[in-house]
Amino acid sequence: MAALLKANNIQKTFGHGKNAVHAVKGATFELEEGTITAVVGESGSGKSTLARLVLGLLPSTGGTLEFDGRDVTKLSFMESQRYWRDVQAVFQDPFSAFNQFFTVQRLLGRSMKLIEDKKEATERMHEALGHVGFEASDVLKKHPHELSGGQRQRIMIARALMMRPKLLLADEATSMLDASLRVNVLNVLRDLRDNLGTTVMIITHDIGQACYVAEQMLVMEKGDMVEQGSSKEVVFNPQHTYTKQLLADVPKLHGELGEMVH
Amino acid sequence: MRFSGRFYFGATLVILVLLVGFIGPFIVGVDPNASIGGLYDKPGTGPGMQWWLGTDNEGQSVMSNLVYGTRTSLLVGLIAGIIASSIGLVIGLIAGYAGGMLEEILMGLTNIVLAIPSIVIVILLSVSLPRRDIFTLALVIGITAWPWTARAVRAQATSVRTREHIEVAKMSGAKFWSILAWDVLPYLLSYVVMAFVLQVASAILTESSLSMLGLGPSNIVSIGMMLNWALAWGSIRVGAWWAFIPPTVMLTLIAFSLYLVQSSLDEVFNPRLRRGKKRKLVPAASGGAATAEIDEPEGEPGASVGPAALMSATVAEGKDSGGTTQ
Ligand SMILES: Nc1ncnc2c1ncn2[C@@H]1O[C@H](COP(=O)(O)OP(=O)(O)O)[C@@H](O)[C@H]1O
Ligand SMILES: [Mg+2]
Repeated sequence: MAALLKANNIQKTFGHGKNAVHAVKGATFELEEGTITAVVGESGSGKSTLARLVLGLLPSTGGTLEFDGRDVTKLSFMESQRYWRDVQAVFQDPFSAFNQFFTVQRLLGRSMKLIEDKKEATERMHEALGHVGFEASDVLKKHPHELSGGQRQRIMIARALMMRPKLLLADEATSMLDASLRVNVLNVLRDLRDNLGTTVMIITHDIGQACYVAEQMLVMEKGDMVEQGSSKEVVFNPQHTYTKQLLADVPKLHGELGEMVH
Repeated sequence: MRFSGRFYFGATLVILVLLVGFIGPFIVGVDPNASIGGLYDKPGTGPGMQWWLGTDNEGQSVMSNLVYGTRTSLLVGLIAGIIASSIGLVIGLIAGYAGGMLEEILMGLTNIVLAIPSIVIVILLSVSLPRRDIFTLALVIGITAWPWTARAVRAQATSVRTREHIEVAKMSGAKFWSILAWDVLPYLLSYVVMAFVLQVASAILTESSLSMLGLGPSNIVSIGMMLNWALAWGSIRVGAWWAFIPPTVMLTLIAFSLYLVQSSLDEVFNPRLRRGKKRKLVPAASGGAATAEIDEPEGEPGASVGPAALMSATVAEGKDSGGTTQ
């Protein structure tokens, strides 16, 4: 298996001089094709910034990104359009991720324009909705306020899946959902990896959740990537004090690990 | 949406004013330029509606002048309001959404136009124009008044820019103009409507100031012109109240009703402002967005005049009503 994404010393600094915020201070990692990687760390540690760098939504201030053998560090408008057919994301807040004036149909219709063949686009929409357990006729006419948080998040996943992305990022995609829905969404991500071979990068402040789905873990502290390795290694044999502290904050974790970690 | 009693009261007044301005001329049915009597004849000297408010300094019906004047003022206000709102909307929207260099250039331009005392420009332009019809007058007022709208719209657009749905739209392949029109503008429409109402009210007042200075539209009566004549011909000295009170009341009524509608719309759009109810924080779910870098217009020079004060109040409240998203 080859690495789908390679980040080499990727950095992001907001602002200049005294007001500079070093949100990501140089992260080097690889995402193996067809695996799930979790980025864990406390709030403010730079996880979302890292996600936006990988997505090409923020310009980096240093380092390089390589996707599928191409350099994607800097993308023109046309190149980003192509990149977003391969790399998609689901965000934290299923309300603010929706344009509240759009129906589901309108939202998905936009992505359909990126697919040249009209008939295929419609097929893919039905297929994507199917992956998240929806019947197209039930939801297409709905506005976001007619859907629950979990339903909205599933629509967002469907939107991302329509492109049949090779890489899917989920930035705290479950943190605003009820516990039962959380597992539901995590299972959807896991099924994607198992059935479609999608590479998934999930971002979470909950290391327990990371253990549940991810093979690889990247630990971030205040912009630094302090530890990385397989989930087993990181959980059972943490090297960095920050990782140990994160694990200590999840009291029940060790008891349940036997069933959770693959 | 729930409208308050204030809104219905204001809206009723606005409709009344519109009826006076647009239906009134047909009902009164007398040419405002025709002499029907002598200098300052008392109300009721003759029969019919045209005598309800007596005559002015030229023996013309005040009633007729009032309804035609109202029509002129409303037309100038509407045209100037549309011009100012359109320019301000486009500039504010692009500046707020695009950010970076483009925002600095556009807001630099806006601040320059804002710093120029617009009444001076309006006077200079009005004097230099060969003919002052109501359209050129409205144009002049409109192109000096847009910066207020631009600033209000920019502040709101900046707060929408940070919402995640913009990133979702980008990743769905949406282009710059598509995002501007469908993902940013709808979130600002309520502000645009309120800003438009203020622009109309402010343009009507500006037109009246100009007319009182004798710089009003030529060959057509406006409320400001009536006040100009009343002052010039000493109606106050001779106690001909019917020459100056009706236009003053009408002008106040127009401005008051529009401000009333604007402020009650503000309550509808920003539920926290609702009077007599507890102020409570509305979570981000109501459409508020993280408002990272809205600046506060009230500190700027001249911010307390014209529609500026009201608009900056609007913007500041809009900022508060947004929740926090991370
Ligand atoms: N657009 C931005 N402008 C300035 N600073 C930012 C911006 N986005 C994030 N930051 C800062 O970068 C740091 C990391 O934020 P973020 O990546 O959102 O962390 P996380 O997702 O781990 O909570 C924080 O200190 C945050 O304040
Ligand atoms: Mg985050």
